[in-house]
Amino acid sequence: MANLHMVVCLKVVPKPEEIRVDKKTNRLERTDARSELNPPDMNAMEMALSIKERYGGKISILTMGPPYFEPLLRVGLAMGADHIYLLSDRDFGGADTLATTYTLAKGVEKIEGVDLIFCGEESSDGATGQVPPGLAEWLDFNQITMINNIELAPRKKTIRGRREIKAGHEILEVPLPAVVSVAVASNEPRFMDYRIKDWAFEEERMTVWSKDDLDVDAEYIGVSGSPTIVSDLAQAATRERKREFLTGTPEEIADKLKVILQDAL
Amino acid sequence: MVASLYGVKQAKKAIWIFLEQEGGKLEGVSLELLDKGRQMADNANWSLVGLLIGKDVSEIADEAFSYGADVVVLADDPLLDVFTVDAYTQVTYDAIMEHKPSVFLLGATPNGRDLAGRLAVRVRTGLNADCTNLNLDKKRGILVSEVTGFGGGIAALIEMQNHRPQMATVRPGVFPPGEPDKKRKGKVIKLPIKLEADTIKTKVVERVVGEGVDLTQVPALVVGGRGIEGDFGLMRELAGLIGGDVGATRPPVDDGYIERERQIGQTGVVCRPKVSINCGVSGAFHFVVGVQESDIVISINTDQEAPIFDFTDYCIVGDVFEIIPALTAALSSVKELAHG
Ligand SMILES: Cc1cc2nc3c(=O)[nH]c(=O)nc-3n(C[C@H](O)[C@H](O)[C@H](O)COP(=O)(O)OP(=O)(O)OC[C@H]3O[C@@H](n4cnc5c(N)ncnc54)[C@H](O)[C@@H]3O)c2cc1C
Ligand SMILES: Nc1ncnc2c1ncn2[C@@H]1O[C@H](COP(=O)(O)O)[C@@H](O)[C@H]1O
Repeated sequence: MANLHMVVCLKVVPKPEEIRVDKKTNRLERTDARSELNPPDMNAMEMALSIKERYGGKISILTMGPPYFEPLLRVGLAMGADHIYLLSDRDFGGADTLATTYTLAKGVEKIEGVDLIFCGEESSDGATGQVPPGLAEWLDFNQITMINNIELAPRKKTIRGRREIKAGHEILEVPLPAVVSVAVASNEPRFMDYRIKDWAFEEERMTVWSKDDLDVDAEYIGVSGSPTIVSDLAQAATRERKREFLTGTPEEIADKLKVILQDAL
Repeated sequence: MVASLYGVKQAKKAIWIFLEQEGGKLEGVSLELLDKGRQMADNANWSLVGLLIGKDVSEIADEAFSYGADVVVLADDPLLDVFTVDAYTQVTYDAIMEHKPSVFLLGATPNGRDLAGRLAVRVRTGLNADCTNLNLDKKRGILVSEVTGFGGGIAALIEMQNHRPQMATVRPGVFPPGEPDKKRKGKVIKLPIKLEADTIKTKVVERVVGEGVDLTQVPALVVGGRGIEGDFGLMRELAGLIGGDVGATRPPVDDGYIERERQIGQTGVVCRPKVSINCGVSGAFHFVVGVQESDIVISINTDQEAPIFDFTDYCIVGDVFEIIPALTAALSSVKELAHG
């Protein structure tokens, strides 16, 4: 399928370990955190690249986010993708899953001719894998989530995905066009290829679309398209713990633990 | 603002639970949701409804009643034998549009998430995923979902004002399972099925499921983190001696040392054992949510500064490979004595 058109949805996230909580206001301080490509999305990218290597076709990167994401997205090009579409507009901000999936779907429609969309299993900044099925629903695409392996039948235009379930696995087959989400750690993402780094930074490899470029309904994007609101931030209920340090030789510690376990169980 | 297909005015004062079943048995998370749903429904004087989908599953309805459901809406059809997202979304959508519940809750299992993600878009409503607590504000009729995020210890309370149903998913183990009351009875409402085989695009080529492990209810949990370097044999030996089972943090699961269903934490299971023993675990918040319901937490880490000690009752600064063998030796000698 030389004309197979794949899209990889890349999300840029703040590095989790660099996010701080302002203890006074209970707000998340993201401003000091550096950004990175959502690690699970690298598994999605790797899976798409392996398909491209076997069957040809092209890979577009699709991201909704601010313009400063650009250099990170270019890493995807240097891994082997062909083009970047960045959906960027102040009015896209504050989107929950409904508005995010709507906007991404509008991007896919505008790209045109997309057969297969790869997403990561989940985004590391607290979201939970609900974008892939939502995106599939807006587009009326088929879906297979959390796959760790994919096979493409180019003539039949179907894919088979293998996913782990309850002490076992299943293999599902769906016709294209489809959305898949790729299980974390299901492959070893490659590094970028430094030989094509300059190419990857060429201007024409990237298209930025604002809300006026997409055929979007203003009611469906950003804050106004998001049914959910954060009504409050609170300290999560955690139990007070003893925090008692046990010391001594391993044998002495073991004896203390033995008593604790015998009492508790 | 985008509107959901039905609004606050049309919504019925009912909490719906998606009853997930496998081979004629309800999933643990569905029972947990029924019990939590019952408490919320009693408090607000709403009704609790289970949505049961499958083939020849009508017998499970009694189990749902015993755990608190007033009504079971039943979609029974050969085309619904195994979960496919196309068929289940269609049937659930039909049921929801017919009965218009105000609240719809699902377990955050692979199938529950697939269904929730598609359905929320189809009815144009919001979805609070992986909630760590739920409350129904009875005055306003609003579901307040708690979601824990970054940074440890911060919970966001999320609600939706104008969209119905108010959807949320909850991980297995977040709520304790209730006690069944075999005498409780309820009403079954059969849903007319309008499915055609050729509208189901998903083909299940192969499907193998095992019994699966349920760590949510084990009395003692021995958790291996990256620090145990894949030596789960050591963990199993200890778990065996104290009548418990083995769990893991995410890195050993990702590295293939142990099955994913044994992952503890935000994207794994939440456990509520009497004792959990964390071996070579640093204490990332993603993990800690999975053991903080333990009565007693014991942690062993070579690094005195490891965050896990903030969430621990009995802290041991030491090498897992020295402490655990000493502990198993001490416990085995007890056993011999006892059998003596
Ligand atoms: C969206 C998202 C969801 C996640 N969900 C989960 C989840 O559900 N569950 C989960 O666990 N993680 C989850 N994670 C990952 C999580 O953030 C941490 O990376 C992970 O929990 C760390 O695992 P660890 O403590 O085993 O490894 P590390 O952080 O590498 O810690 C290993 C520890 O072992 C100690 N150690 C080393 N050798 C020894 C020894 N010989 N004896 C004693 N101690 C030793 C070290 O001092 C260190 O503290 C998630 C991450 C993201 C982004
Ligand atoms: N803003 C975004 N831009 C591009 N892709 C996204 C965005 N948000 C989510 N995704 C994709 O959806 C996957 C699941 O995200 P989530 O549902 O937020 O956990 C991610 O791994 C990405 O592939």
